[in-house]
Amino acid sequence: MFDSALFIGFPYVSVVIAVVVSIYRYRTEPFTYSSQSSELLENRKLFFGSVPWHYGIIIILLAHLIPFLFPGLWGMITADQTRLYIMELIGLSFALMATIGLVILILRRLTNVRARTVTSIPDWLLLFFLLLQVGLGFWVAYYYRWGSDWFLHIAVPWLMSLVTLQPDISSVIALPDLVKFHFINGFIVILLLPFTRLVHLLTFPFTYIWRRNQIVIWNRRGR
Amino acid sequence: MDIRAHVSMVFHLDKCIGCHTCSIACKNIWTDRKGTEYMWWNNVETKPGTGYPTLWEDQDKYKGGWERGKNEKIHLRLHNRLGGLTNLFYNPYLPTIDDYYEPWTYDYENLFNAPEGDDQPTARAISMITGKPMDNIEAGPNWDDDLGGSPLYARNDVNLDELSEGEREQLNEIERVVFFYLPRICNHCLNPGCVAACPAGAIYKRGEDGIVLISQEKCRAWRMCISGCPYKKTYYNWASGKSEKCILCYPRLESGQPPACFHSCVGRIRYLGVLLYDADKIVNCASVPEQDLVAAQRDLIQDPFDPQVIQSARANGVPDAMITAAQNSPVYKFVKKWQIALPLHPDFRTVPMLYYVPPMLPVLAKMENGNYDIAGLDKENLPAMLSSLEKARMPIKYMASMFSAGNVKIVEEVYRKLIAVRIFKRAQKVKDYQPAEVEAALAQGKTNAEEVEAIFRLTSLPTYEERFVVPPLGREISIEALERPLDRKQATGFGIRSQTPKREF
Repeated sequence: MFDSALFIGFPYVSVVIAVVVSIYRYRTEPFTYSSQSSELLENRKLFFGSVPWHYGIIIILLAHLIPFLFPGLWGMITADQTRLYIMELIGLSFALMATIGLVILILRRLTNVRARTVTSIPDWLLLFFLLLQVGLGFWVAYYYRWGSDWFLHIAVPWLMSLVTLQPDISSVIALPDLVKFHFINGFIVILLLPFTRLVHLLTFPFTYIWRRNQIVIWNRRGR
Repeated sequence: MDIRAHVSMVFHLDKCIGCHTCSIACKNIWTDRKGTEYMWWNNVETKPGTGYPTLWEDQDKYKGGWERGKNEKIHLRLHNRLGGLTNLFYNPYLPTIDDYYEPWTYDYENLFNAPEGDDQPTARAISMITGKPMDNIEAGPNWDDDLGGSPLYARNDVNLDELSEGEREQLNEIERVVFFYLPRICNHCLNPGCVAACPAGAIYKRGEDGIVLISQEKCRAWRMCISGCPYKKTYYNWASGKSEKCILCYPRLESGQPPACFHSCVGRIRYLGVLLYDADKIVNCASVPEQDLVAAQRDLIQDPFDPQVIQSARANGVPDAMITAAQNSPVYKFVKKWQIALPLHPDFRTVPMLYYVPPMLPVLAKMENGNYDIAGLDKENLPAMLSSLEKARMPIKYMASMFSAGNVKIVEEVYRKLIAVRIFKRAQKVKDYQPAEVEAALAQGKTNAEEVEAIFRLTSLPTYEERFVVPPLGREISIEALERPLDRKQATGFGIRSQTPKREF
């Protein structure tokens, strides 16, 4: 019962809330829909924190997403031992990069007075859960080896069962607590998304790649 | 031909006394909010000097504006499209608050509340960012005003790079020290770097009048506009997490008033009027080789009396009142008809729509035998107030670096005309020039008595209505195409929210 609540109920609740509130906030509070940059106030530590954090976490998130979207492809990649080694190595290094970056970012906000003045309570909350999540993830990856392989056979079936609305938690209930904690905390971060600056993730400006150089807005119709 | 109208500006630097009234008028209206304390949408800097923010003209440092590539096309100096997206997490070319200054106030309360003691209480400086005391203030607004700290600031002016070592040393001799003021607002460029650099597409140009604005709701704090603008005239509000910039007081313009900085200008150096321009020529104008930039920009501006131009403007929906305003525009006269107003740093290739009449170079005075020898007074028998261009105290190359992308000939032509005006009027009033000398000056300035009188009149004696020809922007009419005016009736016309704020208790 408890497991069902954690691995079926909570994921659904957090995703539904995240989607609904994200849309609601976009429509009612477009002004707040971004991550408030503090680069103007402090830029050296930001460089050493923000760059490794973002590039690290993007690769790590992709490594979670690709096996889920293309399980066949991922299975083929990890089937060979050498390739599995390489995947683990890449994964661990990017996870380390993200963790170090995040720690620098947190220290920056703690120690730099200017940066601290523009840090809100939701920001601290988010930083805490993100650090917890990457810390747990790093731990799981280190102590329960070959995650790039077992993730495909344990977490993906569970996530897929949630997506197809036929929840099946048989593959995850037997997992060690640490791994379970990582899963649940992941959904906590998803839940936080619409309530914090994490919404900036949804505003990544892809359209910049193809839009025209200049933007002119006319009031008249038909221009 | 794609004729559009643009509300444009001329600043007559000869008349600027550096009083900063414009800056204060702007600050009191627009930037006295939290997060904007350090912003000066209008600022006045001393030249030579490094300006505000420090070294804004140094595009090797800040990567603002456009660059002409080997294929003779222009691209943003800051980034290409993909590169822009990869720099979102950290913009390597963003100035920090210390490149402007950390804003502060004083702890005035302490003067009243300090406990009795042996010493006078003091009002310590308090940072307006952190709220903590600042013991060492290292920069402030107009820190290098009137050449203050010139060994540090004036010497590092980017425009001095073209000068020889000797010329630069001359500028530091106490008897030859020279400076002038450069008031700056957003240039509302035709090819703005900020618009092109914004990943979110939040910055736009208003089609009807050319004012460049940042949508506060679309801005996502990627802060590329600040680097993209070579004039550093977009600013990041650190408290709201949005970029902000000069809005050319559009709420004032829409009610028929000139912007606050124009209105309040003590020296009456500012002119505002409509220019008609050919939008088809913008990209080409920004792409020509450096020495042709000013000519291309003049070519872009169209004659508002030309029937073909009027026809094309009408076809584009430019209202007749706007065309009439363009015909009366003082800006058109200074920039296109008389060709004595030049864009600031056309080499940034953003095609700025704010033009400057360069200042008359001050007289050359050098101490000799304990007396000031006003240039050539004895030797050449010229009146004291006029130095010849060749003996200009501020090297003409310096002016060319600022106003004509290094093309000395263009700046010289402007000065010859300005000198002709001076000599002509002086001969008229003081009568210490021979008619032949006046004729020679007119010929050198490629001008005539009639034009000189017109330049003199608009320079020295213009009325309020002659300086500011504000067209009816007709916003209330054009807005009807997008919104039903009655929807907003009885609502609070205030703030940026789409809904009227309500009281909860």
